[in-house]
Amino acid sequence: METLLNRYRNITVLLLVIMAQLVLLAVSAKNDQDVRMIRVWTVTAVTPIARFIEGVRGGGSGFLHNYILLHDTNAENKKLQAEVDQLRVENTFLKNELNTADRAKALQLFQSRSPSKMLAATIFGMGGGSNAKVVLADRGSVNGVQRGMAVVTPDGIVGKVVAAYPVASQVQLITDPDFAAGVMTKSGVRGTLKGQGTPQCRVDYVPFEDKVEIGDWVYTSGDDRIFPRGFAVGQVKSVRSAQPFKEILVEPSGLQRGLEDVLIIVEGVHQDIPDTPPGMQPVYIAPPPPGGAANPAQTANPGGTEADRLQSAYKTLGQAQGHDFGDNRPGEKPPDYTKLGQPAGAPAPKNEAPAPSSPGTPNANPTKTPPPGTAPGATPANTVTPGAASSGVPANTVTPGAPPGAVPANTVRPGAPPGAVPANTVRPGAPAGAVPANTVRPGAPPGAVPPTTAPSSTPPKNPPADPARRSNQAGGGAPGGQLR
Amino acid sequence: MTYSGDRLLLSSQREGQESRFRGWVLVVVPLAALLFQVYVPLFFQFLGFLEMPLLVVLYFAIMRRTQISGLLIGALVGLAQDSFSKNPLGMFGIDKTLVGYFAASVGMKIDVEHSLIRLLLCFLFYVFHQFFYWVMARALLSQQLALDLPRTAVVGLLNAVVGVALFAFLDRLKQRA
Repeated sequence: METLLNRYRNITVLLLVIMAQLVLLAVSAKNDQDVRMIRVWTVTAVTPIARFIEGVRGGGSGFLHNYILLHDTNAENKKLQAEVDQLRVENTFLKNELNTADRAKALQLFQSRSPSKMLAATIFGMGGGSNAKVVLADRGSVNGVQRGMAVVTPDGIVGKVVAAYPVASQVQLITDPDFAAGVMTKSGVRGTLKGQGTPQCRVDYVPFEDKVEIGDWVYTSGDDRIFPRGFAVGQVKSVRSAQPFKEILVEPSGLQRGLEDVLIIVEGVHQDIPDTPPGMQPVYIAPPPPGGAANPAQTANPGGTEADRLQSAYKTLGQAQGHDFGDNRPGEKPPDYTKLGQPAGAPAPKNEAPAPSSPGTPNANPTKTPPPGTAPGATPANTVTPGAASSGVPANTVTPGAPPGAVPANTVRPGAPPGAVPANTVRPGAPAGAVPANTVRPGAPPGAVPPTTAPSSTPPKNPPADPARRSNQAGGGAPGGQLR
Repeated sequence: MTYSGDRLLLSSQREGQESRFRGWVLVVVPLAALLFQVYVPLFFQFLGFLEMPLLVVLYFAIMRRTQISGLLIGALVGLAQDSFSKNPLGMFGIDKTLVGYFAASVGMKIDVEHSLIRLLLCFLFYVFHQFFYWVMARALLSQQLALDLPRTAVVGLLNAVVGVALFAFLDRLKQRA
């Protein structure tokens, strides 16, 4: 017997190992529940190394980039020695501008505008296999990521979380053959988006009589309970009439600029289908308006670069002390800069306006202009609706019947679509002195995002009645994150 | 071991001695191959065709010349590769277990130090790996994967070329007798 075992030892071990793996395969394929430990161990072992390599790569490329830039600057300095300091300042400024206009900025802006609660993540690896359509993100269950959560970029949806490990998560891309999501067009035609393993996805179940044309944008419909409604999916590239359903191919917009940084929707909120397709251009910060006139409205929501915010703070201080920069004679007393950075206690709040001559009289504030980036056609600021506040405080949109003392908020964010109405409204029945939730106060830290309330256009919240369904509906492809 | 460029078959099993590697090599090299597989195609998509875990399994299997160690390396690397994919655990595991076993069996019979042999082995085992994976996906998971034979052959050839260079590098990590 022992001889027999020794003789067939190799083949016996082979069969045992294969049998064990077959059992593993059968268990995981049948129940759709892996032996999770093996995946957790492997991902946990590889993630720190991959992050380290990613850090080294980022630092190395940054160093190389800076070195080349500095080298160029030095060469230019030799030619134009008189402008050395100016060029250095300009160079630093341009580099800062470039840095602020990168993807992270775009993600941050997108994140602050979207009512959904999102978590930024970095893609650090691709799934195994040369045909894999899954990627690995560096946020896991310790960060609140759950299976079934949607993954998006400002350009469009990217995929969904199919596995959440402690420090990383696996994201199934929109192009994966097993991927599916509910989609709709602006005109309301609904269908099911499916990946094909190719760069383009198809939309199924669109009846042949529905009108879909090449170039139409497709958005998430929210029907799948994974992706909140209103996120861009892509553009229709081909439409063929067939019975009973059309054959539609869509080019996903979320993957077009590569995958580096993504946002995981931890708590989704349905949105309206946007009027305009998502911006495919990099973030652009507009130059200051011509004329150099102070713009009080701009200071209410200091945006842009650090230099813009500093300039804004100095202008505010100068105005408060009756000092016009550039228009003073030599020897005149400069403003007291020790008060820089203090909240505008002395100057009146930006939104404050003189008492109206009579209640209900429209009181347009001539000094108030929308912040830069406000799209043409945006609702004009500072109109007191007849019958609004008896104290006459101008409001952006004070609903008739608002109580006295209601403080307006008027933040039309940069890049708002044409016709956008500021989200902050004092609703009827609000208590006296109520401050709208979205007010960004002067002196708020850069990039501070006000607590967001769901826009009035947001559809009614629809939490599932069953808490278990709310917490994790991953089993059926439903979201781990909640759709409010 | 005497080596002649004209001889491809070993005259006795003793002639093909088992190569020994330090412990860290057996851990770090497969780990690096896995990292390569998940990380590099993210930035260099054209390198996505490379099956580094397969090449590493193949190398250790043919160089160690013991079937059990070959199949165990194949199983471990395959399961680790499965962990990064969305497939059920075991698909790559079984595939690479068989590759490890057969590669070790071949390594006992022929002179695997020969570059031409290595090229041929890499190509054949790549095709076997892809074909067996296709069979398992259809038979066990009912996935209707397409098997593009011309593409598989071309990619197999490219993997074989990379494999020969990789094997030459890994030869330097062998423990000297």
